Amino acid sequence: MFTGEEIAELLEQLGITHVVTVPDSTIGRWQPAIERRGRLRLVRVCREGEAWQVAAGLHLGGATPIVLIQCTGLLESGDAIRNALHDFGLPLFAIIGYRSYLDQGTLPGDTCLVFTEPTLDAWKIDYRLITEPSQLDEIGEHWTACRDAGVPGAILLAEGTA
Amino acid sequence: MTAPTTVRSAHLTRMPAKEALAAVHAARGPRDVVVTTMTPARDWMLLPPHPLDLVLVPSAMGSAPSIGLGLALAQPDRRVIVCNGDGSMLMNLGALVSVAAAGPANLVLIVFINGTYEVTGSQPVPGAGLVDYAALARAAGFESVHAYASLDAWRDDVRRRVAEAGPTFVALEVEPVYGQPGPKSPGPARERARRFMEALRG
Repeated sequence: MFTGEEIAELLEQLGITHVVTVPDSTIGRWQPAIERRGRLRLVRVCREGEAWQVAAGLHLGGATPIVLIQCTGLLESGDAIRNALHDFGLPLFAIIGYRSYLDQGTLPGDTCLVFTEPTLDAWKIDYRLITEPSQLDEIGEHWTACRDAGVPGAILLAEGTA
Repeated sequence: MTAPTTVRSAHLTRMPAKEALAAVHAARGPRDVVVTTMTPARDWMLLPPHPLDLVLVPSAMGSAPSIGLGLALAQPDRRVIVCNGDGSMLMNLGALVSVAAAGPANLVLIVFINGTYEVTGSQPVPGAGLVDYAALARAAGFESVHAYASLDAWRDDVRRRVAEAGPTFVALEVEPVYGQPGPKSPGPARERARRFMEALRG
């Protein structure tokens, strides 16, 4: 839906300092463009719960991180989210790939479509669903709104074909 | 409470955990951040506090090395010392690879190895007495790796270890303590996070 260059430029404009990530086949393709940006540091971690924890440390240390993961990783991130966002009250932000939303041809009946949005609601993460290339600006708008409100937020990025 | 018989020890000698932690406390510099969790957090709170202490109680178990990595990347001019337990380390072994890959020279990860989940009643951790944590760290990509079972040797080296270019991994074989309660939160976590961030800015 978006090129790596589009996302990297947007993240840089928002003042993001670190992109903490576990890739999937959509968001992983953004990595080269992110790494080419001098003001963005890509931090590769081994599992998605760890991504929230590293982002928590970055935020506590005064940096401006973003978590970049797939929705499957959101589902395994629960305790890290609980602790960072709700115990310590850190307003972390994530871009989360929404597997199969645009195309269930590869994984018919993908239960990611059943559990992802209720999980975001359960963790009280204010999210916006992005399904069209024309919505690129909404990513920055929602990030800015969450930052100004001091609350956690996420972009749920439809994946498949677009 | 008696020691669980299923806990095996590959080490004839272990150091007292509180004294090992006190050596870290004495060696930390005034600008250093110290992250503690689980049993090290409980014992750290018995020592004089510092504004740059981050006590991870409550925590997401296993999160301390990852939070330490983030802090070290955000604050490259400060030393970040993480005091972790072996049960916590086992819960997030991938963090060893993530830390080594990111390579922050200012991060020191100390694992207090007592072979038990002490805060939940001293049940044995998987592989108690069998796991070579220093070897795990080396295999994950850490180049600066040290292991101690003697308190005297640790006291002799601790200042050097927390000051060297890292990332540094230290494995400390410590005596399990049975029948002690787990750590209690030193106060509301949100407020502590806010104060910690203010201290970092100061």
